[in-house]
Amino acid sequence: MTDRVLVRRGSYLDSVSLMLASQDAASVPGVEHASAVNATPLNVELLERQGFDLDSHDSLGPNDLVLAIRAGDDSSAQAAVDAIEDRLRSSAGSDGGESAREAPRSISAAARARPELNLAVISVPGQHATYECARALDAGLHVFCFSDGVPLEDELALKRRALELGLLMMGPDCGTAVIDGVGLGFANVLDRGPVGIVGASGTGIQALSSMLDAAGIGVSQAIGVGGRDLSSHIGGLMTLRGIELLAADPGTEMVVVISKAPDGLVARRVADAARAGGKPFVLAFPGLAPGDAEALGAELSLEGAATRAAELAGGVLPEPTESLAGPATPGAIRGLFCGGTLRDEAARIIAAAGASVATTLDADNALVDFGDDEYTRGRPHPMIDPSLRNAQLQRDLARPEVGVVLADVVLGHAAHPDPAAELGPLIASALGVRERPATAVISLCGTTRDPQGVESQAARLRTAGAIVTRSNAHAARLAAAAAGLEEAGG
Amino acid sequence: MSLLGAPVAAATAGVELLAAELEHEGVPVERVDWRPPVEGSETALTALAALSGRIAQANDVAVELMDSARPLLVGIGVAGELLPGMDRTTILHAGPPIDWADMSGPMRGAVIGAAIHEGLADAPEQAERLAASGELVLGSCHERGAVGPMAGVVSASMPMWIVENATLGNRAYCTLNEGLGKVLRYGAFDDEVQERLRWMSAVLGPVLSAALARLGEPLDLRSLIAQAIQMGDECHNRNRAATSLFLRALLPALIEVELPSEEVAAAARFISGNDHFALNLSMPAAKSAADAASGIPGSSIVTAMARNGTRFGIRLSGTAERWFTGSAGVVDGLYLPGYGPEDANLDLGDSTITETVGLGGFAMAAAPAIVSFVGGSAEDAIATTRRMRAIAWADSSSYLVPALGFAGTPLGIDCREVVHTGVLPAVNTGIAHREPGIGQIGAGLVEPPMEAFVEGVSALASELGTAA
Repeated sequence: MTDRVLVRRGSYLDSVSLMLASQDAASVPGVEHASAVNATPLNVELLERQGFDLDSHDSLGPNDLVLAIRAGDDSSAQAAVDAIEDRLRSSAGSDGGESAREAPRSISAAARARPELNLAVISVPGQHATYECARALDAGLHVFCFSDGVPLEDELALKRRALELGLLMMGPDCGTAVIDGVGLGFANVLDRGPVGIVGASGTGIQALSSMLDAAGIGVSQAIGVGGRDLSSHIGGLMTLRGIELLAADPGTEMVVVISKAPDGLVARRVADAARAGGKPFVLAFPGLAPGDAEALGAELSLEGAATRAAELAGGVLPEPTESLAGPATPGAIRGLFCGGTLRDEAARIIAAAGASVATTLDADNALVDFGDDEYTRGRPHPMIDPSLRNAQLQRDLARPEVGVVLADVVLGHAAHPDPAAELGPLIASALGVRERPATAVISLCGTTRDPQGVESQAARLRTAGAIVTRSNAHAARLAAAAAGLEEAGG
Repeated sequence: MSLLGAPVAAATAGVELLAAELEHEGVPVERVDWRPPVEGSETALTALAALSGRIAQANDVAVELMDSARPLLVGIGVAGELLPGMDRTTILHAGPPIDWADMSGPMRGAVIGAAIHEGLADAPEQAERLAASGELVLGSCHERGAVGPMAGVVSASMPMWIVENATLGNRAYCTLNEGLGKVLRYGAFDDEVQERLRWMSAVLGPVLSAALARLGEPLDLRSLIAQAIQMGDECHNRNRAATSLFLRALLPALIEVELPSEEVAAAARFISGNDHFALNLSMPAAKSAADAASGIPGSSIVTAMARNGTRFGIRLSGTAERWFTGSAGVVDGLYLPGYGPEDANLDLGDSTITETVGLGGFAMAAAPAIVSFVGGSAEDAIATTRRMRAIAWADSSSYLVPALGFAGTPLGIDCREVVHTGVLPAVNTGIAHREPGIGQIGAGLVEPPMEAFVEGVSALASELGTAA
């Protein structure tokens, strides 16, 4: 066994490119471990915990690239290094011609060089995102900010500034938007249609638009606003702006507003604005107290919201037909999600069926969001790289006391290119070696035109032994039923 | 049907995958080569982000003042009469303030030379004693409205160019250029140097002053620099075109000057033999534009960059007179035969005022001959100017570069963007020998110290934070 540690000073690369490079290197025969990471304190600590010796490299910082390889012999180690360098070269862009212009070093410089730019897509590490967003707004660009971990007061200042300038500030922590037919961040491939969406929840937008897609109903615009827009602190600034824009948008015939757990007062203000917009509207506020939701006429589930939106558009959601294949498999329920809103909807349904549901992995019945800050600091979102979530699923299925695992698979732009390829074999082998049977339920969010193909993903996961449904609420009901809970109500 | 008013076209910073997905969707994408900001600057940058609207307004004002400045050469005077608080024992130097004890060799040599020139000392040892004891008052040129190349030493009797910014009425001053070889600004102080200084006061100054007076109207330096930029100068390290243009503009008046013809001829010969003569015009012109932009509350625009041979200092518009400094750098360049990097003094001089207003390294694309100092190509020169756009607030509306399709040079360094992108201002400069009295031994490129810019943004953040 040989360890090789290489350091390239002053060479920062984004964590997704590095993850792909690490994967390439890890698949080289004879390689036991391969990491290509920026030398953040966390990553350095992780490498040291793996037993790599970094002592000989002084003062490593986040601008330094570290390659750490453990392999059976030198030639495998070298092959792993080559694989990383090949991948990083290809992600650096192909324009190497004589007249090649150097890439701009800032968003402002890019905007000055190309006046036709009108949008900034920002996904830098959270502690740097405030400045990037502010400068993009200065440059007159609308902003889609994928980064999370931005302080609340910064978000407020950015959104106020955007409104002053007549610009959209989508995010921070905005996972999804579809603007003029262009998907931003995690977005499914949708037809254009009459439904306009404003969403403080990326997976909420994805789940809702995918359900509408299954009913043959398209989307005009989906304006993401970031998960905290309807908090009392932000006061729904961008949601209100989005409602205004959709009210004026001739392509939008009806409006859906989605937010997990909005502040009560803010939710009321949003409801008033939606009414004032003059178009038919649906509010989906999972997490709002049921009494408050009723008072506002808001739906508590994505399923309910999609059903009403489909009705407004003159369509019908297809009835989910999946059912349990055999008898119940009582035991702990483990819900392992990439999408926070999907988790919340499932948790509400399973709790209503009589189970106590925790949000942390140490409880018996746990429904956990792997897209939460806690699991994404310094690593890609689980929709891109579900390995952390999948590993937990494998561990849970190996535990005899677990009866049901429930997991989401979200397709679309920017998501993992083939989630079933990893998840399918893992479920099949884990279910195969169990003494006591267990049930695996997959909530599949996607459309037929998504690059991964919703039908082929479903077919392969079913072959692996999972129950697959395109309704998240139905997936939760099936999970509750499989665990032997009696009232699996919606 | 378009929410953004036009087809989506995106700049992306961060995860490459998101950019690639947009490209798959057929969206025009400009990928920013994003890197984390310089260590130690994150807190200040984030604090400034909340005020970025206000800073943007302040920067617009500051850079507009810089861009609209119209420096005119109005005449020649004597330092002691022009500069505030300038008595016979005051000696000014380049860069931020520095004590005698911390001065490098060439700076000390120049101070000694000036003390002898003013008759304050007969011998170098005596001058050193006066300087060390505090009997000579040492001060920074910038703090008295002046700039000087290399050591930049100014004493009371020296003739000074008077440059006035016609837009705002503020003035800036600079000594006359002594030529190459053994000269005061490189720390030489022997008899040859003394004799030239006396001649400059007695002959060169009066001849040029008389010629300027005969011109009828002040010489427009902005126009002269703009033409020189289009003729291959960047007006810091290459001043050949500007010197020629100056001489051409002055020629009819020089011929008519009512002074002994041998004196006029000597002055003309002196200017013709010195490719850098016009540096001492572009510098005060730049200073008058940079000073115009100084003191705009909240502005993060750099209004001075200057080196005293030990420290490299910058000033920001929003913090006006304060200096933020770091160690002066080692120049990467070509050396005259017999000299090498071990002989070089650290970076020196006020001439980086040119870069501050979009000349020098920022105008490199106009002067491809300059990059040969570091073995570069014409493409490198163009790339350097383009790279400076990352840290510049705007493009100059006067200084246009033919090779860039007559685009303006990048103008107004945003201190925030320096620490944000890690791109340091590109600076062209001469190299002085570390020992006094030897002179110029080469020329090349030098990097300012990042710490000065980090200190600058932090100070701006705390100033705005307490004001808010």
